[in-house]
Amino acid sequence: MSVLEQDVHTMPTGWRGFKKGNWMRKVNVNDFIERNIRPYLGDEGFLQGPTDDTTELWKIVSDLTKKERENGGVLDVDVHTPSTILSHGPGYLDKDKEQIVGVQTDAPFKRSIQPFGGIRMMVDACKAYGFELPQELIDLFTNIRKTHNQGVFDAYTTEMRAARKAGIITGLPDAYGRGRIIGDYRRVALYGVDFLVAQKKQELLELEVDAMEEDVIRLREELSEQIRALGELKRMAEMHGYDISKPAQNAKEAFQWLYFGYLAAIKEQNGAAMSLGRVSSFLDIYIERDLEEGTLTETQAQELVDHFVMKLRIVKFLRTPDYNELFSGDPTWVTESIGGMSVNGQTRVTKNSFRFLHTLYNLGPAPEPNLTVLWSEKLPEAFKKYCAKVSIETSSIQYENDDLMRPIYGDDYGIACCVSAMRIGKQMQFFGARANLAKCLLYAINGGVDEKSGAQVGPEYPAITSEVLSYDEVVKRLKPMMEWLAKLYMNSLNVIHYMHDKYCYERIEMALHDRDILRTMACGIAGLSVAADSLSAIKHAKVRPVRNEQGIAVDFEIEGEYPCYGNNDDRVDQIAVWLVETFMSMIRKHKAYRNALPTQSILTITSNVVYGKKTGTTPDGRKAGEPFAPGANPMHGRDKKGALASLSSVAKLPYEESLDGISNTFSIVPKALGKEPETRKSNLVSMLDGYFGSKAHHLNVNVFDREQLIDAMEHPENYPQLTIRVSGYAVNFVKLTREQQLDVINRTFHGSM
Amino acid sequence: METFGTVDGPGIRFVLFMQGCLLKCQYCHNPDTWALDGGKEMTVEEALSEIEPYLPYYRASGGGLTVSGGEPTLQSHFVAELFQEAKKRWNLHTVLDSNGFNEAERIRRLLDVTDLVLLDIKHIDDAKHIRLTGKSNERTLQTAKWLSEHGRSMWIRHVYVPGIHDDEEDLLRLGRFIGTLRGVEKFEILPYHQMGVYKWEALGKTYPLHGVPSPTDDEVERAYRLIEAGRKQTGIG
Repeated sequence: MSVLEQDVHTMPTGWRGFKKGNWMRKVNVNDFIERNIRPYLGDEGFLQGPTDDTTELWKIVSDLTKKERENGGVLDVDVHTPSTILSHGPGYLDKDKEQIVGVQTDAPFKRSIQPFGGIRMMVDACKAYGFELPQELIDLFTNIRKTHNQGVFDAYTTEMRAARKAGIITGLPDAYGRGRIIGDYRRVALYGVDFLVAQKKQELLELEVDAMEEDVIRLREELSEQIRALGELKRMAEMHGYDISKPAQNAKEAFQWLYFGYLAAIKEQNGAAMSLGRVSSFLDIYIERDLEEGTLTETQAQELVDHFVMKLRIVKFLRTPDYNELFSGDPTWVTESIGGMSVNGQTRVTKNSFRFLHTLYNLGPAPEPNLTVLWSEKLPEAFKKYCAKVSIETSSIQYENDDLMRPIYGDDYGIACCVSAMRIGKQMQFFGARANLAKCLLYAINGGVDEKSGAQVGPEYPAITSEVLSYDEVVKRLKPMMEWLAKLYMNSLNVIHYMHDKYCYERIEMALHDRDILRTMACGIAGLSVAADSLSAIKHAKVRPVRNEQGIAVDFEIEGEYPCYGNNDDRVDQIAVWLVETFMSMIRKHKAYRNALPTQSILTITSNVVYGKKTGTTPDGRKAGEPFAPGANPMHGRDKKGALASLSSVAKLPYEESLDGISNTFSIVPKALGKEPETRKSNLVSMLDGYFGSKAHHLNVNVFDREQLIDAMEHPENYPQLTIRVSGYAVNFVKLTREQQLDVINRTFHGSM
Repeated sequence: METFGTVDGPGIRFVLFMQGCLLKCQYCHNPDTWALDGGKEMTVEEALSEIEPYLPYYRASGGGLTVSGGEPTLQSHFVAELFQEAKKRWNLHTVLDSNGFNEAERIRRLLDVTDLVLLDIKHIDDAKHIRLTGKSNERTLQTAKWLSEHGRSMWIRHVYVPGIHDDEEDLLRLGRFIGTLRGVEKFEILPYHQMGVYKWEALGKTYPLHGVPSPTDDEVERAYRLIEAGRKQTGIG
């Protein structure tokens, strides 16, 4: 504490007018928020439209977006300079008009190469978009500087490679940045970099201990890297003409300081999800102070938000088309968590919560930033109504249950990626993609033989040879196969994250964390509804496998009807619950790298299409290659009792057994929400209250007609900004592959006649 | 059944569709519900257990239970018992979506446990009504009067098909009739749509309105205007 004590006595001018507290002595952003937040209970009447500068800047972005699309998805790549915090000088859209400055390279839409995750991905990505990586860089990252990807494949076992190839474990972050780590970027604005460096140095000093064991050595090296990264952050800001060593003086600086922190992170890391955290209500405190001091108007406040959000919308990473096929479009998951409640019962909704949502009007709808409303029954009614309005008009918001998460994570958590909650600056996750439960069921039936390749991928347990599948026998075979999968899965993740820490460490993001944090090992499952429906079919109908000459069940004849997941029918819903609980209990048996806490998610993002492609015909009647339902959704068209029955089935999945999130994507036609705009809003609010009141975790809300999507598929040029929610995030509909577009169109639209 | 109904009565509602209808409306979008047999048999208890999980949604939104069809009054004993139980157990708001063809006195027990009737007037002109539905509109109009006289709440609904419902005098007349009624909380025009066509084809029936377009917004607005004008001429409220 001694290093920091002087700050208490000479209070920085950036802190004038703020209520004092512990936050002044030691990094504690939540204490600052709690003491200084001004909750807002009113409606959206105060919001202002875009300024001329905003409109003109957005025009530049729109034009560049168009050019980028015409150029095949990537406008320009700097192939010569591996991206680091300091690799590129400043770039601007229009320097005189931008309130918030900084892009990832020296020009907007020019992508950088980020080879520390894996050089091959960079080579392929360049090639796919018509660029070429210089040979000396390839040599450098092949022979001299090892990458994460190379490290992982050095350590992978034969079995891990086979499982990965077959797609029973898939989407693993073994060739790219793992992401899903949220730096507490607010710290840069509140404290300035010098304070943060001083605290980190203090932490390093406290680690001069007796026994230099592996943990201590690693942590000391990491802390030193973090301190170095903070220094680079400061120099990066200097290159843009800002001194961020001291706390931000006003709202504009607070936005800018915070954004510099985030910019440094995305220059350093091409993480699968580079989420922002929970910044809007924090920044509101600065806006309120400026408004009170008379140095800012509401129009200017909105302009700051608009310009900041504009920057978040143009975050660009160089990735391969394969990667984009897996994740749909070109996602960055700049997730911002909005609203929620404080533990003390006060709401965390501020005027800035409204302003952030309002960018969807000032700039038009967009998939990024991934706007996530933390829903509580106790949110101010006017804010609930406004969220509903924005959902109905833009389909650009997702909702997550604050009343469910707050007791676990406190009141200063944020969502990483889609549905992963974590305490900001105090918790991180090791992203683990997902294991394919539907395929695992086929392995159980086929004795570990892959139904597509015929190869023995799983253990050679006895295959089921009966003419009709018996539920008891299938479950008996399924359990050991799931045990095998859980173990292999955890071991693979341990390899991946060991190597990521070693070769692709998130220096600046971790510099914006406490030293001692909770790590989770975030496993996941795909194909939950397919597996549950399959087991239900086997139990309640008669399912006869059709076997090929090799004896592999490649098709299934179903006689009779069976209850499908998504109709609030316990006969099948409890099977889904059982699968979730059982797989989680199996994952928990295995030791996770760095003593991480094992968790799992039920989230496929849009890779439900790719996973489906890799999985043969399943006993529920789904044909080989057909997409799975996304996340925890019921299979398309099988939820026949309307929206609430469908939601109720999903709400039964226990969050405590799936702490990394349970994603549900919901599409409804506008008319089905009611006839008048007011009715639609209040019905959607009631629906969300009811759904989250039943302990559900997450809901994506899409409000549109299927016909509109079909038209957008045929005439993409008319819908450049059409945004839809998929599993845990939003995408630009016209950027999806045709296959993915058809998948979205085929999903259940509640209220369609 | 539909667990998330938002157009058949106030708030979010559980909508139960009953099998069987005696009218044969040319524009019907659920002709599969005409037959008096078919559908799935259900006890009152079973229906209630389908509703129960969603009560928080219905309560929070000021919604409730709607029984539609087909024509629910054809099974009025069942519906009456269902409504009665739903009220007794949960004090749920009940709506009956009906063509009014069944005589009110005969289904009195049902109407006594109904909070709101959605009454469909298919056509105000009797000859045209017969052409459109195969039956006279007399009993429907009687039902409307009965509801009015007995202080019941109703929403009047009127499907609008271009070429069938656009006559100015008919619309004024419909307005004048509604004007004489008490307890009309809402009047709605339901613009005709072709979404039921595939069901006719699936049933092997010839779709009588083949090629008829949905009305334009202007046409619907004109109809509202004329009906309003008619209501003012006789208005008692």
